Amino acid sequence: MSEPRRAAPILAALAGAVLFAWVVSQQEIWARVLAEVFPRAARPVYPGATIAELTIEHLRLVGISSGLTLMVGVPLGVWVTRPSGADFREVVATAVDFGQTFPPVAVLALMVPILGFGLWPAVVALFLYGMFPVVSNTVAGLEAVPRAAIDAARGMGMGRARILLSVEIPLAVSVIMAGVRTSVVINIGTATVAAAVGAGGLGDPIIGGINVQNMAYVLQGAVAAAMLAVVADSLLASAERLLTPRGLEA
Amino acid sequence: MIALEDVTKRYDSLTAVDGVSFEVPSGEVCVLIGPSGCGKTTTLRMINRLIEPTSGRIVIDGRDVMGIRPEELRRHIGYVIQSVGLFPHLTVAENVATVPKLLGWERSRYSPRVLELLEIVGLDADEYAKKYPRQLSGGQAQRVGVARALAADPPLLLMDEPFGAVDPLTRERLQAEFARIQRELGKTVVFVTHDVDEAIRLADRIALMRDGRLEQYDTPEALLDHPASKFVHDFMGADRALKRLGRARVADVMTSDVLSTTDGTGGVSRESCKEARFFYLTDDEGTLEGWVDCHVLDAGTSPEEAGTLVDWREAAVQPDTTLKEALSRMLGLGFRNVAVVDERGRLLGEVSLSAIERTMAEGDAHIANLPEGEILGVPPEEGVPPEARAQLDEGVQPEEGEVTT
Repeated sequence: MSEPRRAAPILAALAGAVLFAWVVSQQEIWARVLAEVFPRAARPVYPGATIAELTIEHLRLVGISSGLTLMVGVPLGVWVTRPSGADFREVVATAVDFGQTFPPVAVLALMVPILGFGLWPAVVALFLYGMFPVVSNTVAGLEAVPRAAIDAARGMGMGRARILLSVEIPLAVSVIMAGVRTSVVINIGTATVAAAVGAGGLGDPIIGGINVQNMAYVLQGAVAAAMLAVVADSLLASAERLLTPRGLEA
Repeated sequence: MIALEDVTKRYDSLTAVDGVSFEVPSGEVCVLIGPSGCGKTTTLRMINRLIEPTSGRIVIDGRDVMGIRPEELRRHIGYVIQSVGLFPHLTVAENVATVPKLLGWERSRYSPRVLELLEIVGLDADEYAKKYPRQLSGGQAQRVGVARALAADPPLLLMDEPFGAVDPLTRERLQAEFARIQRELGKTVVFVTHDVDEAIRLADRIALMRDGRLEQYDTPEALLDHPASKFVHDFMGADRALKRLGRARVADVMTSDVLSTTDGTGGVSRESCKEARFFYLTDDEGTLEGWVDCHVLDAGTSPEEAGTLVDWREAAVQPDTTLKEALSRMLGLGFRNVAVVDERGRLLGEVSLSAIERTMAEGDAHIANLPEGEILGVPPEEGVPPEARAQLDEGVQPEEGEVTT
């Protein structure tokens, strides 16, 4: 429970994030390394945009879709564990399950006629795809709160809202955050598909590379997306640790 | 004072509590007891409106609870449950401060109160205030649970099998502590248990329930001596004389007139023993270290050989110990006397089997004076033949030919 134990992994995650930002900003290094790996490629670096620009686009796409997933998923998970939403619990569980099993590529294809090309069909597809871990972990986290703690809280005169905010959420937050982390990491990988409908991001060099048969493009998109996923994962793990109340630490 | 007036709780086809009425005077402990499913917990939870009664009234100090907002009502009623329900993410001190914070107390007011309460329930405040619930044993957690319920000094305390989930030794200690706290604070307490011995020990009045109805509501002595039905009689158990000992404390019958020395066995001789059975050995602080058995000394043994060194935690009782426990300790040690010490082991006196026998005899005399047939208040055709029951329960020998089946 000492400060250093909490601080060390968080500092490591932040250092990783800074290192990643630096690597992404060094277009020259990417060019040199890719030229080494693919000596016969005429143009080893994707010409459409710099890696930094693509990463920022990717982050925007992931940020919007995961943000929506969080804003809808957590309240939805809370609602179905309340008496008022209990009847809808099965329906919601089936719906988010379906959202994850339905292929995101198919969602993209179906959304284009409605929303057109660009960012928004991709946001819808990723939003639906990321719901499952957020909702199911929110429900699981809240269900795991000891009944006795809730009974005691009621018996001492806490209202429903206060019990949720000062007892249930703090006790469930690490499980909820684990769901958020899974959702975001999946989202970063899946978002590369969104380039197919013109949403941009790190999927652009991957899909462009497949079209012109340039594996150097594919590799740079994939490596950057993978690094981004690792960085996001460790940052969210740190957030999870910071949010976990001390009394619950192992 | 709290009064239940014809309180009923129905769930669809099931009637959990059926027309229950009783009153608990201020400062008294009312124990609700009965077999599983008898409605005792439901009755308790209707008092602070965790369950809403279907009909009837519950009045606390003249106010109908239905006229008070449930949250407001509960903040002024202490609540302790078997599973304790401490908040695992909060420290012991934060847990205890829950209700004062809900009531909007300033930190400067609740902080000292929290430390005071931890001391009241027998936990060292410096050591425990900053701990988290997972760092506590079951007994310690329940002490914190009691401290949390007492935090805002509510006049009424509801306790739902508070000592049901701890080991027997810890339970015995928690019961003694609860009895002590109750003597100091004088709360009105409604206490649910299924343990008859616990009820007899702690209750001023016992409400015995069965199938949602109140079978009998009276003092423990009355339930033991004048059961209103065969059910009450059977539920309270056959070992009634022994049960009665569960109500009396060592402090009531002990004598402080004992011999002791701080000089070890050197200070003891046959002459110095006089009439006593034991000559107690203590250290300079008065802590019990052992004794010399005067009977053995009489047989010509030297004081060193007749001396026994003991750990007071195992070989002595405390003033709060029940006579039942003291008797059990005597049987275990094989003596007719047992030393009484305070919580730090300092010798206070001793309690003898003859003193316990006198207590039992007082109760028996009371029973023996009852007219024939009223001894049990039970129709003779039920169960055990009456003469056998009379022998079993009272140790009273019926005169030949007088009892017919």
